[in-house]
Amino acid sequence: MAMSPRKRAQLVRGVQYGVLLLAFVVASFVADWEAIGKAFFDVGILLRMLPDVVTVALKNTLLYTACAFAFGLVLGLLLALMRLSSVGAYRWIATGIIELFRGLPALVVFIAFGYGLPIAFGLQMPGGTLGTVTVALGLVGAAYMAETIRAGIQAVPKGQMEAARSLAMSNSWAMISIIIPQAFRIILPPLTNELILLTKDSSLVYLLGLSAGAAELTKFGRDALNVERSMTPLVGIAICYLLITVPLSIVVRRMEARSERAR
Amino acid sequence: MTEPQIQPGAPAIEVRALHKSFGENEVLKGIDFQVDNADVVCVIGPSGSGKSTLLRCVNRLEDPTSGDIFVEGIKITDPDIDVNKVRSRIGMVFQQFNLFPHLTALRNLTIAQQRVKKRGTEEAVAVARRNLEKVGLADREDAFPAHLSGGQQQRVAIARALSMDPDMMLFDEVTSALDPELVGDVLGVMKQLATEGMTMMVVTHEMGFAREVGNKLVFMDDGVIVEEGVPADVLSNPQHRRTQAFLSKVL
Ligand SMILES: Nc1ncnc2c1ncn2[C@@H]1O[C@H](COP(=O)(O)OP(=O)(O)O)[C@@H](O)[C@H]1O
Ligand SMILES: [Mg+2]
Repeated sequence: MAMSPRKRAQLVRGVQYGVLLLAFVVASFVADWEAIGKAFFDVGILLRMLPDVVTVALKNTLLYTACAFAFGLVLGLLLALMRLSSVGAYRWIATGIIELFRGLPALVVFIAFGYGLPIAFGLQMPGGTLGTVTVALGLVGAAYMAETIRAGIQAVPKGQMEAARSLAMSNSWAMISIIIPQAFRIILPPLTNELILLTKDSSLVYLLGLSAGAAELTKFGRDALNVERSMTPLVGIAICYLLITVPLSIVVRRMEARSERAR
Repeated sequence: MTEPQIQPGAPAIEVRALHKSFGENEVLKGIDFQVDNADVVCVIGPSGSGKSTLLRCVNRLEDPTSGDIFVEGIKITDPDIDVNKVRSRIGMVFQQFNLFPHLTALRNLTIAQQRVKKRGTEEAVAVARRNLEKVGLADREDAFPAHLSGGQQQRVAIARALSMDPDMMLFDEVTSALDPELVGDVLGVMKQLATEGMTMMVVTHEMGFAREVGNKLVFMDDGVIVEEGVPADVLSNPQHRRTQAFLSKVL
């Protein structure tokens, strides 16, 4: 039977919608909606999670992420500059640190700083939980961001440094006031992606055995799960995570679309 | 760091037996020449002949392999010299403008004044406005480079170099990246600078500018100066075969 390409495309699309519809119909018959609603969206449990899920857990997640990101950004910039240094020793040290912390699971880094150092040296991270997260998560972030920042610096046209130097600016001043600001504009999207990753990885701090006041979303959700015997607390914290990460990824997509158009 | 004094009466730029290699590739093969105060020296020659490299050696954006360069009598090829001191007396303008895209036109002009010359904001802004006015862009001081035409960007770049109060200016094919209708404005600014007595070294393909504004013309080919002299003479009566061949192609 001969069929025009247009007819054919219509048929294919029709089948696709049909399959989707069928799946919905089957699901709505098979599923026990009441049980699902109770397990995932128990309003009573959700209300019991308030306000602590926001004032303590969400706040702590944001705090840990922000501190780790800030520390990671500064350290990442330092590592990037070391990678670009004309002094070989700086390059090797930076490469070593970057490879180490990119190559290890973030969990191992957390265990090292949370338990390893205290046990081996009797050495507590200053700043307690916050200090440990900032350093452990910050190091992991720095290792990734260093390579991004280095790529950004190298993406700034060579003529920019030459123009700055021809105006008698020193190399460091040219870096600070001309090159680095332009590099950060270029790498804003990947840096924001890194912020999203760090937001999620901040959950690893849960391993450190947090006090209630220091709990972030994951720890909070896990504890509520034990008490309530329901999936609902996890849905609650999932919503909180998505409230942070989805707007960020929308921002990234906007920025990428804009730089695509600028090209 | 040594800080030698400018020699009064010394030529603005003096180049002696200058050689420059990039790896195995010898780009400048023994260059000798001189730019006197208030001279406008135009440098012409085929692409790849080493014109940009020569210009860039003069403000040490490239380090010569051997030979000496004196700027106002100071040997800038001395390894102990403070290159930033040298560069602050030499303005440079590039083919690709190289304005700082994250800064407004005005800020492009003030940033190095403040950082390098340690001028206060008020003085730096006053100097910047004076120079923007000079290149005919007083009304565009708040514009970012992306919002300026190529010709406007290049004039801002000239104003930026002038804001450092240089004793001499280097121009590297500054009109080559411009649409033809925008070339005139930029050449006009350069001509005005020349009449004000600025010492200028101009790499260019604009033979009309070289003839009219230049008082010396240098023809380079394959890393050497083949011929130099009064522009009108060289252009209308080239002595060397390579000069004749080049001019017959571009004129
Ligand atoms: N940074 C560099 N590294 C290696 N080779 C270079 C570099 N800069 C210029 N060259 C080479 O030097 C030669 C002369 O270049 P250039 O001075 O730019 O010539 P012109 O300005 O006359 O066109 C060319 O062959 C070019 O490839
Ligand atoms: Mg060139």
